Amino acid sequence: MREIDVQKITDEIERLSIESNYYLPLDVKKALEDFLEKEESPLGRDTLLDILKNQEIARTNHVPICQDTGLAVVFLELGQDVRLAGGSLNEAINEGVRRGYEKGYLRKSAVDDPFFERKNTKDNTPAIIHTKIVPGENIKIIFAPKGGGSENMSALAMLKPSDGIQGIKKFVLDTVDKAGSNPCPPIIVGIGIGGTIEKTTLIAKEALLRKVGEHHSNPIVAKLEEDLLEEINDLGIGPQGFGGRTTALAVHIETFPAHIASMPVAINIQCHVARHQEAVI
Amino acid sequence: MAKIINTPLTDETAKTLRAGDRVLLNGIIYTGRDAAHKRLVEMLDKGEELPMDIKDQTIYYVGPCPAKPGQAIGSAGPTTSGRMDAYTPQLMDAGLKGMIGKGLRSKAVVDSIIKHNGVYFAAIGGAGALLAEAIKEAEVIAFPDLGAEAIYKLRVENFPVTVIIDSEGNDLYKSGKELYKK
Repeated sequence: MREIDVQKITDEIERLSIESNYYLPLDVKKALEDFLEKEESPLGRDTLLDILKNQEIARTNHVPICQDTGLAVVFLELGQDVRLAGGSLNEAINEGVRRGYEKGYLRKSAVDDPFFERKNTKDNTPAIIHTKIVPGENIKIIFAPKGGGSENMSALAMLKPSDGIQGIKKFVLDTVDKAGSNPCPPIIVGIGIGGTIEKTTLIAKEALLRKVGEHHSNPIVAKLEEDLLEEINDLGIGPQGFGGRTTALAVHIETFPAHIASMPVAINIQCHVARHQEAVI
Repeated sequence: MAKIINTPLTDETAKTLRAGDRVLLNGIIYTGRDAAHKRLVEMLDKGEELPMDIKDQTIYYVGPCPAKPGQAIGSAGPTTSGRMDAYTPQLMDAGLKGMIGKGLRSKAVVDSIIKHNGVYFAAIGGAGALLAEAIKEAEVIAFPDLGAEAIYKLRVENFPVTVIIDSEGNDLYKSGKELYKK
């Protein structure tokens, strides 16, 4: 049994909230550079160049890549041999968000209720916290701020098992096509297939945490990822919807066993500012 | 090659711009998101004077980050324009000429752009750090209680945008996609 003071979690969340918003992961940068090589549209190329220039300015000047510094989404992997001391875990996380968003000059984008007064909470809390209990005596924290523009274009469908792979493809292509320029393409498409309504949505979001372009270990799923990426990029939407070959940088699919009657599919769309940073305590 | 354009926009300027043109904007523009738009339209409904003279002006759909010491403004990229569609025709009837945002617009907005010789520009969504560098001054002129959603008066220099919908109703989101669809 290892005792960890929740203050340590507050400190890490504070740091990760700032760093994730300033420094784009290098695998995302690399994917943008690779697609720039292949982009046929002159306006599309200029746009990808500006996007690359933007993340460089953010990295050098230590400023947010995007003004939408997101809702604070936190994935915790909590070792089952850890004993947390010094206060409430959730409060420790929220305190880290509060401090990070203030010290980092990040935008506070949370409202306290979704449909009546919509008053800003002024400190970007509450965080959205997903906790998994795992073997061991460490805590892994992944901080993944999520902006509204791409989240709003996400979708869920309770497909029939008989809809098959074709049904999944149609749902994904229709969703991306309808989203068009709104989610700030080039995008990363996180897809969850299987489980229950909440499980499929959660694994769709977890799929976005994978390194860009890294494929699923199951070759059948990996093939679907490849096929979907090609078909999405054949839509012609292009960088920012200006027309071009780079609509998505990657398609990541996670699957889970399902009920005999069900094939739920969730699509979580992520803009090119695909932010996430992690730490282990 | 980008066209260098000054604000406020005139009818003549707007008519020279075509969907797909890259433009560098210079001069004064105003910010406004959902909450500010709602208030502006409520003021128009009540016959009240708006906090700025809106004739020929351009509104940038943005809620910036707080400025760090030494910055005019924090990161400041566009938000999704479609959320402003419900308010746009009424503001264009009152004199608004240009809009900067990202994403699709409704048919009512396109019709209003044609009717008023307007123009809809896109700035690069997610490029908030790059775009903030073209904003030289920022001052809150209305609704300070809205925080990041207040109306700011911005002075911009060579602010990079692309014409999406021109005064004839041509739409780059449609034409660009057709060109590269397979």
